[in-house]
Amino acid sequence: MIVETLFFLFGAIALGGAINVVVQRQVLYSALSLIVMLASISGLFVLLRAEMLAMVQIIVYTGAIMVLFVFVIMLLNVNDDDDNTDTLRWPKFIGIPGVLFLLAMLSSSMWQVRIDPSLSAVDTGSAEAIGISLFTDYLLPFEATSVLILIAIVGALVLAKRDL
Amino acid sequence: MIEYLTSVTFVVLMAKVAVIFGGLMGSLAYMTLLERKVMAAVQMRPGPNRVGPLGLLQPLADGIKFLFKEDIIPANSSVLLYVLAPVISLIPAFMCFAVIPFGPELQITDLNVGVLFIFAMTSVGVYGIVLGGWASNSKYPLMGGLRASAQMISYELSLTLSVVGVLMITNTLSLQEIVTAQAGTWFGFIPRWNIVLQPLAFIIFFISILAETNRTPFDMAEAEQELVAGWHTEYSSMKFAMFFLAEYANMVTGSAMASILFLGGWNGPMFGPEWLQIWVLPTAWFLAKVFFFMFLFMLIRATLPRIRYDQLMAFGWKVLLPLALANVVITSLVVALT
Amino acid sequence: MIPIHWYLTLSAMLFVVGVLGFFLKRNIIALLLSIEIMLNAVNLTFVAFSSALGEVGGQVFVFFTMVVAAAEAAVGLALVISIYRNRETLNIDRANLLKW
Repeated sequence: MIVETLFFLFGAIALGGAINVVVQRQVLYSALSLIVMLASISGLFVLLRAEMLAMVQIIVYTGAIMVLFVFVIMLLNVNDDDDNTDTLRWPKFIGIPGVLFLLAMLSSSMWQVRIDPSLSAVDTGSAEAIGISLFTDYLLPFEATSVLILIAIVGALVLAKRDL
Repeated sequence: MIEYLTSVTFVVLMAKVAVIFGGLMGSLAYMTLLERKVMAAVQMRPGPNRVGPLGLLQPLADGIKFLFKEDIIPANSSVLLYVLAPVISLIPAFMCFAVIPFGPELQITDLNVGVLFIFAMTSVGVYGIVLGGWASNSKYPLMGGLRASAQMISYELSLTLSVVGVLMITNTLSLQEIVTAQAGTWFGFIPRWNIVLQPLAFIIFFISILAETNRTPFDMAEAEQELVAGWHTEYSSMKFAMFFLAEYANMVTGSAMASILFLGGWNGPMFGPEWLQIWVLPTAWFLAKVFFFMFLFMLIRATLPRIRYDQLMAFGWKVLLPLALANVVITSLVVALT
Repeated sequence: MIPIHWYLTLSAMLFVVGVLGFFLKRNIIALLLSIEIMLNAVNLTFVAFSSALGEVGGQVFVFFTMVVAAAEAAVGLALVISIYRNRETLNIDRANLLKW
């Protein structure tokens, strides 16, 4: 009963935060709502017994990526959406029913998932389980991501330089 | 659910929370007095000694002063962010204490990812400073806020990497297990503390904690002589007090982490009857180590000069980060070969 | 126990909100934020399945997704900075020189 209450609480905060990101006109408030959403998704991870990933989500997503977003928003100081809403007629008319249709299709296929409940007894959320898997089965993608981060660092530095 | 709320475990949990939170608030108040007394002693003057004997009622007077000051909200600022920023700074600083073991039985909860939890809380604490600087709608706080938060996120890297060595030796992320792994002695008199195995990591950790909590010599972003008062220029009364409390709570967390990870936590010479050894002595040793680090913080503030901001960032990225990486590599080699 | 369908429906709704944000917002940084919403919805799906099936591969993949999201946010924001330097605006409709 506590678990269901927590699920609804975190789920409502996540959904509310995501909707607020879309609704807000000032982009700083969108970024802050996204931070709230990321924190509640971390709470959902804890409910799914993936505690290592929950902490990593807070450290990496809310603690690093969103700080980067907030810095750029504050440095550029452009806080208002330019009102050019006449380009939004077609996206609004076709897009909104389109995504509602997408939601209906996704949910209807999700509700047909059947999983044997005895499979969930394995502990997959601890740092040990993830670490063993990451360094034995998935070692090559792990090294590839380190190269990816290097490329991203060099790319970001070059793109944001004032004079090359 | 009602039977859980009235069960013994829940009542004991709430009692632990009350004791730790109450003790923390009281000690934070007296930490301000201790800082002023230590700085005064270094500078050969008496320090606060008017209010009560030896100045012991000074924090009370400061608290009353903070409550009665006028609450200013700058014009054209975002009121929501302005009021929320000190809260965002304070809450993660207090939440760290949910996983710190004060004794073998005196920990609120022993998460099996306790170390990561504390790093997560310090990462979230950056937002209070960023938003406080932005929401004040004035140039000195904005620059101070951005500089302070850039400094904090830069030194988080070397902080986390310096702890990885300890984690490799102890094979666990749970704080209680890290403390129990440091029990006992070698050769009968050298305690089995991690500082003996990881001295470089300890130095990197200590310097990074000084930078994380924005203390001298790394407090360029909040120094009185430089940026007026940095990101909390426009704050008054209780909101300023909340920033202040958050900074001291971060200091206590940093000292507690240093003593848990490197100095053996609540381990120490044990003697006497059973109840003394479980409830009183470990907590006494732990608090002694934490206060030693707090005293060291204050002593460093009283003696060292401030480092310029670009020197600070260069030091963090070009010196501490490669040293921490080298420490991780060397430790992993040694652990793999033995 | 919470049935897995609830988590999957929640993540489908989050994904759809992200897609909606991507259609309707004109500020480039808001577009990047909507992409982050979509990535997080997918992460939630992965972790829900990993917990229900007892497979740790789902959570490992979430690690990789987070790394990719971080790299993409860094490069995307660098692009945003250079667009702002050249055009003084962050409205994506103004960056349409290559449109026919």
